[in-house]
Amino acid sequence: MEDCEARRHDLRLKAGMLRLAAVLLVFGGMLLAGAPISAIAQPAAPPTEGRMIGVLLVREIQDRPLPLSLLDIPPPDDGIAGARLAIADNNNTGRFLGQEFRLDVIESAKPDELLAEAESRVATGQHFLVLDVRPQTVLRLADALKGKDVLLFNAGAPDENLREEDCRANVLHTSPSRAMLADALAQYLVWKQWRRWFLVLGTRPEDQAFAEAVRRAAKRFGGRIVEERVFSDEGGSRRADGGHEQIQLQIPVFTQNAAAHDVVVVADEAGLFGEYFPFRTWEARPVVGTQGLTATSWHPALEQWGATQFQNRFRRSANRTMRPLDYDVWLAVRGIGEAAARRRSTTFAEIAAYLRSAEFDVAGFKGQKLTFRDWNGQLRQPILIATPKLPVSVSPQPGFLHQFSTLDTLGLDRPETKCRL
Amino acid sequence: MRLTSFLSTGALLLLASTANGYTVFVSNEKDNTVSVIDSTTLEVTKTIKVGQRPRGIVLARNGEWLLICASDDNVVQVFDTRTLEFVKNLPSGPDPELFTLHPKGNPLYIANEDDNIVTVVDIEKGSVLSEIPVGVEPEGMGISPDGTILVNTSETTNMAHFIDTQSNKTVDHVLVDARPRYAQFTPDGSQVWVSSEIGGTVSVIDVKTRKPVGKVSFQINGVNADAIQPVGIRITRDGKTAFVALGPANRVAVVDTASLKVERYLLVGQRVWQLAFTPDEKLLFTTNGTSNDVSIIDVEKLRVTKSVKVGRYPWGVAIAPF
Repeated sequence: MEDCEARRHDLRLKAGMLRLAAVLLVFGGMLLAGAPISAIAQPAAPPTEGRMIGVLLVREIQDRPLPLSLLDIPPPDDGIAGARLAIADNNNTGRFLGQEFRLDVIESAKPDELLAEAESRVATGQHFLVLDVRPQTVLRLADALKGKDVLLFNAGAPDENLREEDCRANVLHTSPSRAMLADALAQYLVWKQWRRWFLVLGTRPEDQAFAEAVRRAAKRFGGRIVEERVFSDEGGSRRADGGHEQIQLQIPVFTQNAAAHDVVVVADEAGLFGEYFPFRTWEARPVVGTQGLTATSWHPALEQWGATQFQNRFRRSANRTMRPLDYDVWLAVRGIGEAAARRRSTTFAEIAAYLRSAEFDVAGFKGQKLTFRDWNGQLRQPILIATPKLPVSVSPQPGFLHQFSTLDTLGLDRPETKCRL
Repeated sequence: MRLTSFLSTGALLLLASTANGYTVFVSNEKDNTVSVIDSTTLEVTKTIKVGQRPRGIVLARNGEWLLICASDDNVVQVFDTRTLEFVKNLPSGPDPELFTLHPKGNPLYIANEDDNIVTVVDIEKGSVLSEIPVGVEPEGMGISPDGTILVNTSETTNMAHFIDTQSNKTVDHVLVDARPRYAQFTPDGSQVWVSSEIGGTVSVIDVKTRKPVGKVSFQINGVNADAIQPVGIRITRDGKTAFVALGPANRVAVVDTASLKVERYLLVGQRVWQLAFTPDEKLLFTTNGTSNDVSIIDVEKLRVTKSVKVGRYPWGVAIAPF
């Protein structure tokens, strides 16, 4: 326990240092172009003037519990690295069109600070804000900036309410919603004829939300939840500190005498217990959900559709593999670049209008064009089904049909939406 | 290089093809092999081991040499098309994907997908002559019949870059639809056709003005629009008909170059990417990546006559005149 706390503290310190370094690196590239370095407290010169298009990445430092595996500890530049690559990609196109893109990053653990800083940046010319913040902060920013020349991209929050009853006209979503992820996974399970699901969920609100998405997906695609159990984690210490001896006994006992099932579905978004389930369940059953076989917008080993070069480019620029948040942020920034190139414009109104129009699409190494749903601003995209090492499949699965786009079999569809823009 | 296994004298016997037959070479991306097909019998006569991840292939020295982009080995390999023996490696720059040869037979222009450059290589001397910076993920390479203009497409920048082959400098950049994969000049050199895989279209660009003058769109009953992903393009010598491979739509479109209308869709194997005519233009070979075969189209009758099983994920195809 002590060890763990010490390490967590250490990690945070490192994270802080690296964060600063990352931000400096971002601006380092801009020095050549003669742009000023800006720190978090000093509003920059108007970034969107002439040929320059500014993108502001807003990060809320969230006090998340450490994941069980050392391999899963988020890098300090999670998301930022995706933005940097997208800026480089945009600039590569932009140099042929006389357009230049520039990234600024603001971050804080305090939503009030983020809000004040974002407002001041908007006042000095920022129009495109990419958000990696809590869902409630998405809403606060959207409401505070309502009516201004601002378009927000939610790249970090999968919450359904942001796309549904709490949708906002000035927000587009590049991160997939929980329902999209659960639907993608459910389609694969049904395709495999693994229809009986034993659902194990954690106690945190996100786990409940994921479990709800799984229940909805079961009903929608013909899965059956044969049993649900709540895995209560005591919080604080990572259970691995107890060593494998206890886990090896604990998980079989926990999963004993469950109704006959084909798979165990774990709902553990924070990664507090799900990783303990594969190879430890009472019955020899695959583990799927938030751990084991997962649904995700990106996988670091995806190589189809030209993704190899994209992965290589990312590794060269960030010195690590690409994570889903990097990809979701990349998509947002790349989408801005794509719209600017297509309209051959650097003005906010034209780019924003094009992003929202039926003409807009962006290529995202998923084998087909990605577009925004006009009823709630959610990006349509194929979802990868993957083990930690390799992608296994891509949903929508064959046979799940739709009258407009098979991508709309993932997540809440137009007739079901509660969003009224 | 693992090249010793096929250097047997037996390989020589395979070359005794019939008088008007041609030799078809198909690169198998996943197998690290090239399948050799006799165009008369339409049978695979030999499978040769090549470098890792072979993709683009092209003939040089009037068909005597077969050049192969071994993408994961960062090299272009040269094979003798008569003996099927390895000749030499050419420098290629990183991750070569597709290339095109100057109509005079030298130099070779290589798209380096991982490095945003086009590498110009003297195939006789084996030396790099120039590196030309282009957009992100360069892929498609087309050269005008007179050799003066090279067009490279960049998949993420979504542009056709026009390069002056005298100066080896880009002179213009034309925005096309998403993920341009292939560039093909018309035989008279007046137009260049660029396929956009994700955009689902083929842009027709006037070479003199460098302005798009038309766009080919595709619509197939019963096939989702998202699955229509144009890649390889071939145009008949008379300039009248274009064939466009439509990827996971599993069809080759036959396009009238005057009206830019699709006249017919020919059902081929799965995920069709690249195409090649036999020198007499009677047959068109298609590489079908996910069904591991090539389809053979009778160009006059516009009918698919046969499919031939090759290695895994067939990618490129080139046909020698003997």
